[in-house]
Amino acid sequence: MSEPGALPAGVERRVIDGRERLATRGEAVYGEPTDGPWRAWDPNRSKLGAMLESGMDTGLEGGETVLYLGAASGTTVSHVADVADATYAVEFAPRPARDLLEVAEGRPRLFPLLKDARQPETYAHVVETDVDAIVQDVATRGQARVAVENRRFLADDGRLLLAVKARSEDVTRDPDEVFADVLTDLESAYEVLEERRLDDYHVDHLGVVARPR
Amino acid sequence: MNESERAEAGWFAAVDRDEPDSVRRALENGRADGPADWPRLAVEAGFAADEDAYYDSLHEATVTATRAAVTERERADDRQLVHAVRAMDDCRRTANELAERLAEWAGTLEAEAGTGLEYARVLAARDPEPHESAVVSLAGRVVDLADEADDLHALVERLAPTVAPNLSALAGPVLAARLVSLAGGLESLAKKPSGTIQVLGAEDALFAHLRGHAPSPKHGIIFTHDAVRGTRREDRGSAARAVAGKLAIAARVDHYAGDYRPELETELTERIETIQARAGGADGADDGGNDE
Repeated sequence: MSEPGALPAGVERRVIDGRERLATRGEAVYGEPTDGPWRAWDPNRSKLGAMLESGMDTGLEGGETVLYLGAASGTTVSHVADVADATYAVEFAPRPARDLLEVAEGRPRLFPLLKDARQPETYAHVVETDVDAIVQDVATRGQARVAVENRRFLADDGRLLLAVKARSEDVTRDPDEVFADVLTDLESAYEVLEERRLDDYHVDHLGVVARPR
Repeated sequence: MNESERAEAGWFAAVDRDEPDSVRRALENGRADGPADWPRLAVEAGFAADEDAYYDSLHEATVTATRAAVTERERADDRQLVHAVRAMDDCRRTANELAERLAEWAGTLEAEAGTGLEYARVLAARDPEPHESAVVSLAGRVVDLADEADDLHALVERLAPTVAPNLSALAGPVLAARLVSLAGGLESLAKKPSGTIQVLGAEDALFAHLRGHAPSPKHGIIFTHDAVRGTRREDRGSAARAVAGKLAIAARVDHYAGDYRPELETELTERIETIQARAGGADGADDGGNDE
């Protein structure tokens, strides 16, 4: 194991465009600032980026097999694929999936899937077992259930890296209450190791690191 | 379950590599209760020489199949919706016109003839006497058209939330479909400024205004939105502007992002409540959610 809170191999803090930022090596995809092969990882556009930036211990070391739920346009996925090995990217909406395809074109170990993360049986015939990490950022109600349902893919010593969006559960409730409920619902399948508000980068979001029970 | 039975459930099991469609079908329609060590099973089943080769095949297969699925879903949906809502309006308008004709005709045959679609249903169900067979036959066509319009209405309600989830949540499926139809597609709606969306469907009034002999229209088709119609006359311009603004954002989210954002609805409700509160609870704001 690496030391707690360490960045995964392949993610570095580098000065790009006059400011120290997280960066990975790979093909640029969304107009982010670059320095040679390095491309800045903007924590304001990526919840996983925000979790790393705020020092959460993600347990990632680089070279993992990853299942990414809620890949959207592939902003975060592109960085994950830069440092991970096989990366399965699940996205349900066709429009963002089109951008995700552009990201996947240049990354031979990134596998885009147009699937609903709430129905893992529709992609269990493609996604392999015992993945090292599940990264989840789905803007739908029932975020805890999605994580629990997808537990079947995760290795027993793997990590769930979850960004909870309070507004997706219930816009009218106090985010703290929503987060408490989500954490309770997670308990049937996961042990929560760390949780932190990501408000510096994403309003009303909670970052969670958990491991399977 | 033994190893070869497990491998049967993998996406690669039934794939004929010379036929791209079989790859897509396998990825799209396949199912399995749980994952397995697919890379190893695929190599053992002779699908790939080693894991690297397997991942290369998987990459090519997922990119190709996802691209085909994305293209198909994007292409199909908003045009289907436009045709469905236009056909629905045509059926309904024609049914109503014919029902009027029918009432006029039937009035010459019997004293207590009714009017409208309801009367057409009564007539159509009748066992006709010889002198009224033509009228009853026509009534049957009118009822069929009205039923067709109802079926199309159900289709629009089903399609609209998949094509434009946010727009449908804010405007209701039918108004969402009409806006997409008036703009000529979701993409062109997403590219229109909110001021244009506000007066979509009021083109006659708008051009009369631009020619200089009429006031500017406050609203077009969005008048059918509860938040506009339920606001008193003096504040309807503000309400229409607020609704059009949020609908413009919703259309852009639907076209460019595609995910559902419930906060848009909350923001609109709050804004409309503020506007309707100007009336001080006096009048005209009874069906727009002004409960406080």
